[in-house]
Formats: sequence, C-alpha cells, structure tokens
Amino acid sequence: MRIEPLGDSALLVRVVEEFEAEKSLDAVLRAIQQLERAEIPGIIELAPAYTTIGVFLDPARSGTFADTSASIERALERELELATVRAAATIEVPVCYESEFAPDLDEVARHTKLSPEEIIRRHSAANYRVSCVGFTPGFPYLSGLPPELATPRRASPRKEVPAGAVAIGGTQTGIYPRKSPGGWNIIGRTPLRLFDVDRQPPALFRAGDRVRFRKISCQDFDGFAT
Amino acid sequence: MTAFVRSAGFLTSVQDLARTGYRQAGVSLGGALDTHALKVANALIGNEDNAAGIEVTLGKLRLSFEDNRLIAWCGGEFSIRIGDQNLPAGHAGLVAKNDEVTITAPNAGGRAWLAISGGIDVPIVLGSRSTDLRGNFGGHEGRALRDGDVLPLSKERRFIPRPRDPKTNGGLESAAPWGAPATWACIAHEKVVLRIVRGTDWERFTAGAEQSLVASAFTVTSDSDRMGARLDGPELKRVESGDLLSEAVAPGTLQVPPNGQPILLLGDCQTIGGYPKIAHVITVDLPIAAQLWPGDTVRFHEVPLVEAQALLREREKDFALFRAGVALHLR
Repeated sequence: MRIEPLGDSALLVRVVEEFEAEKSLDAVLRAIQQLERAEIPGIIELAPAYTTIGVFLDPARSGTFADTSASIERALERELELATVRAAATIEVPVCYESEFAPDLDEVARHTKLSPEEIIRRHSAANYRVSCVGFTPGFPYLSGLPPELATPRRASPRKEVPAGAVAIGGTQTGIYPRKSPGGWNIIGRTPLRLFDVDRQPPALFRAGDRVRFRKISCQDFDGFAT
Repeated sequence: MTAFVRSAGFLTSVQDLARTGYRQAGVSLGGALDTHALKVANALIGNEDNAAGIEVTLGKLRLSFEDNRLIAWCGGEFSIRIGDQNLPAGHAGLVAKNDEVTITAPNAGGRAWLAISGGIDVPIVLGSRSTDLRGNFGGHEGRALRDGDVLPLSKERRFIPRPRDPKTNGGLESAAPWGAPATWACIAHEKVVLRIVRGTDWERFTAGAEQSLVASAFTVTSDSDRMGARLDGPELKRVESGDLLSEAVAPGTLQVPPNGQPILLLGDCQTIGGYPKIAHVITVDLPIAAQLWPGDTVRFHEVPLVEAQALLREREKDFALFRAGVALHLR
C-alpha cells in the first residue's frame, strides 16, 4: 500500500500494486469500507478504481497530507467487524443479443473466430465483477470477460451508442447507461436502467459488485418493465 | 419571484460550487468552473457560498427580475450593465424590478459568474443545483439556458434591498463603492502562467518532456470545453508506452494521451482516467485555467507541494476575512 499526493487537495491510495480481478477488487472494496468507517476529518469523498482509491479533501477541515496519510494507514490496518462488512451485491442483467441490438456481433465473430451463438453463450455464462464505475455516470467497467472474446475497440468511435448497449472493449465488457458516443463493440442491449437521478443510490452498479448476463428474447426485452 | 432570461447567450447555465458525493457513481463534480469566483460574487451580496448562480460563456446575456435584487459578478474581462450603468466586476449592484442586466462579449477571458441575491432556486438533484450538461440533469431542466426561460429565485434571507433613491444615501446605489480584491474579481491575464505540482506519473515521462512542460508555451485548441482545455505544444514523450489502469482524476489534472498533447481537466471532467498524469495545476490557479479560450497560450511553472497548499490556506483565510468585511457593509 502506498499513498501519493494527487494535486494539492487529494491523495491517491494505491491499495495493491497489480490488478488481479478478484483479489484487487476485494482489497479496494474492503479499504473503502475501512475509510468510510474511520470518519477521517476533511475527507469529502472517495473515488475507487481497479487498484486505487482517490481521497478528496476539504483543505479547510483536513490536516496536513502527512496527518491524513497516517490516519488512512491506521484505518486500513483496523480489522472490520465481520457483521458490518458489506458483501458485494450480485446483479443479474437481462440482455437481448438479437441482431437488431447487436450491430458489432459479426465483427467480434470475425475477430475471435467464434460463431455469434458461441460468443453469446460464453458472454452470458461468465461471472463478472465491476472494476470501477465511470466514463459516464453509472457506466460499469466489468472484468471477467473470457479472454477469447477480447476484441479491440472500434477504430473510430460511434457518435451515438444507445442506452443499455452491452459492449466489448479490449479485455473488458461494459454497459452504456445512456445514449452517448462510444468506441466499444456492441453485442446486445439490456432494458435495465443503469443510472437514475431519482433513485438512491443513482447508479445500479458499485465497484466490486458481481454481475451475470442472462440472455433474453426481443419479446422479453419489449415486455420488460423498466 | 423569478428571473426572466431575455437572451440566453452562447452557453449559459445554472451552477453552484459542485456536486460532491457521487464520484463513486461516475458523476462529475461539475459546478462553476471557477468556484472561487462564484463564492466571491455570492459573498458580495450576502448569499451563502454555495448559492446557485449563473455561469456565462462569452456573454450576450440579457436578464431581468420580477422584484428588486442585488447582483455581483466575477470572471473574465466582460462588460456588465444594469440599465445603462456599468457594474464593475467584484461589486454589488442593485437591479430594480424590470431593469435589464446586459452582459456583452468579453475583451479577454471567456467565462463569468453572476450571483443574484437569494440564489437561483432550481431543484437540488444529487445534492447540487449545478447543471450536468452531458448528463442532462440538475440546473434548469438539465440543460443550458434558452431565450425566454424563467428561473425561480429564492427569497432573500439576509435583507431586502431598497429601491434606488438618488436623494438619499440610505439605499445602495446601482453599484456599491466597496468591492472584492481586483485579483479575485477580474481574472483574465494576458500572459497566462499556471503553477503546477508534479503528478503521480511524472516519472513516466522523459527528461525532455519534463523540461518541455515548464519551458514551452502551449496553445489552447478549439476542441476545449467544460471537461478540459486541450493544449497544443511540444510532444510530451513517455519513457515507455503501454496502457495504465484508470484511476481518479480531478479538475486541474494535466493528463497526457498517447499523442503527447496534454489536456488540462476542468470541472466537468470524468471521475477516472487512464492517461498518465504528468502534473496538477494548483487549486489557487484554477480560476485562471477557467478563463482559457481557444488560441490563448499558457505556460507552466513548477512549485513545491507545500507552497501550493500554503497558498490555498492563505486564500481561504483571506476569503473568510473578506466575507466578514462584506457582512459589515450589508448589515
């Protein structure tokens, strides 16, 4: 574990050095809870991603970087009471992989030399975890994509990707929460609402959550109450 | 009690100090790109620091109010008039019912923050009244203002200004004689130098890149926006290429994509980013960064972290004194 300055009013905690999906995410998830519980003065908010946690500070209320770093180190050494550890949620995501929602499935098939049916089977059979949430509000970067499905991002991004698009970008898979530009290969669509400002919390996914995709038909998609 | 937007200008939006607490959900901070300017403008008219005001981009805004209101503004070299009277930056001015407030295009800089006594009373979304222009939520209907918009204003808490009366000195004249320090009020600089501290990825760059960063001039390119100012200059080369894992970034982060041309992140930046962070602009210089406009040139000057933090503490202390001083005038 290392703590570095991130500008003059934030710190970056490197919880682990290398990213190993399960181990790193457990470690970051645990560290987030330890920091939330420690109530260190002057911390405005925490921003976890892969192996790190950004710790944003209010300079008027926080101590020096040395003080805050020491408090962070102490907090991360403290044992979590088992009863209070928040378990990662498991979220099932229904996905319609049919061609009208999967404009890049053929491209992924060409690149991976697998049939579209086989890609769908493997994509919906794997277990994923949310490595981080970002890019746009509520966008989950999912680790756990079967390596043989990895496909490079499109050479030029699409100007408009529809909300709910399930896509492969390199070794990761993700879901576009809202209509936005995007360069990942779209292989399906979910009717779930990933981000809603009228919901608390507004984002469906949090870093560390477990995710599975379930194949649904176009009919199921249309009938899905969002 | 409302404000009537007669002409909305180029890109005008409702902003407060930022939307904190939702970075974990990928929600940008947003808020006024220069939070200090909005705080100073709010203080000048007796508002809370975080009262929602208006961020003006390139001017061309015309407003009027349903009742008497105080206003104040800080930002680039704009010209703002109440009726036909000039309201200098960093001064409170009284806008009588039906007076028109006009903001013209700037001579230098690009943005200004206008505070209205009471503050703009748009609904609080995810803890803030700021407009998230890409997420289309918050502010006024989640979007930039348009001609004809009607904005709700809060009731003033501290005092109700009396209408102008030239015969007495009891009421405020259209512009108050006292004001904010000039360096806080008008922020456009001809020769922009932004002070930086080293970033977490400083070591990933060649010695040549580190030198170029502090020795060269960079030009702001036209694809800059509230997310970031894209800069054009000598290529900042890395010792080794290869992808990095995304991690937290913040306004002020100077990140370098593979083409070696740095991007200075501003208030609407993403919460996490995968480009290496060569440096961070220090917090007290973010107001200058918020005035950068395509074609402007900017240079960087490295300072020790302790100096950046001391400058920030000093400014916060000065601001507290300033606000206490204004309170005496507004009693």
